[in-house]
Amino acid sequence: MSHLKSLDELEKIRQRALQETRVRQSGQKTQVVVGMGTCGIAAGARETMAAILAELGKRNLTEVMVTQTGCIGLCDREPLVDVIKPGQAKVTYARVDAEKARMIVAQHIINDQVIGEWAIATR
Amino acid sequence: MRELALHILDLLQNSAEAGALRVELGVEEDPENDILRISVGDDGRGMDEATVRRVLDPFYTTRKTRHVGLGLPLLAAAARRCGGKVEIESAPGVGTKVSADFRRSNIDRAPLGDLPQTLAIFLAGHPGLRLVYRHRVGPRDLTFDSDEVSARLGAVGFDHPLVADWVKGYLSEGLLNLQKG
Repeated sequence: MSHLKSLDELEKIRQRALQETRVRQSGQKTQVVVGMGTCGIAAGARETMAAILAELGKRNLTEVMVTQTGCIGLCDREPLVDVIKPGQAKVTYARVDAEKARMIVAQHIINDQVIGEWAIATR
Repeated sequence: MRELALHILDLLQNSAEAGALRVELGVEEDPENDILRISVGDDGRGMDEATVRRVLDPFYTTRKTRHVGLGLPLLAAAARRCGGKVEIESAPGVGTKVSADFRRSNIDRAPLGDLPQTLAIFLAGHPGLRLVYRHRVGPRDLTFDSDEVSARLGAVGFDHPLVADWVKGYLSEGLLNLQKG
């Protein structure tokens, strides 16, 4: 049964996570906000958020904070994702499925290139 | 919603938006009596009686009461479709408990869906919130308390990709064992 996930594994995860933090310059975090109201959920926001977390994990980007928000009244454009980089304008992306989410991580969060085609608002 | 897990995510979001610090999720599968019951109880701000009476009305919802959306009417419709019902208990300043009953074998009952992924994501998006999840299938049960995980993680949060992954894997294995018996 040693292959089973157990609470004891958390100690290893904790140590690894803390090591990563020490390596990094702890500046201001990039913030990603996923719309998770009823409309967002129905449109697939869970998969969107899962894809973002997985992509950040794969690229070892733990200085990005991913949070959720409720309905902002643009239900037909869900799943909505905001990317807020320190010192930059907030960019809102519309109809972000898992695939788009991964591209946003690669292009916007890592390479600092806003994907204008999918952005509906910048402020 | 295609999965009951998505309704659950919606209910959990309601609790979080109502300012809950502790949320209890219960899933009870009772094959003998052909019932599947989902309940979400929180210690959020709660609602008065008049509001409780209106939250199942889809046309009641306005922007100023954003913590109750179309979600509850959709859940009630899903439950009714398969011979079940939704009950809401709430008191201002105390909290809210929503229970939904479904006929487990009804052809119109949506599958439970990806609950491990759902909970991993909910926890990742709500640091500081305690989630206690109990799942019962017949005589067997599974309990997950996010505080037990937090206690071992110290300063590391549920939004860390490794932790989100662990939660998903841990619950998937737990549920698999629960269903297998």
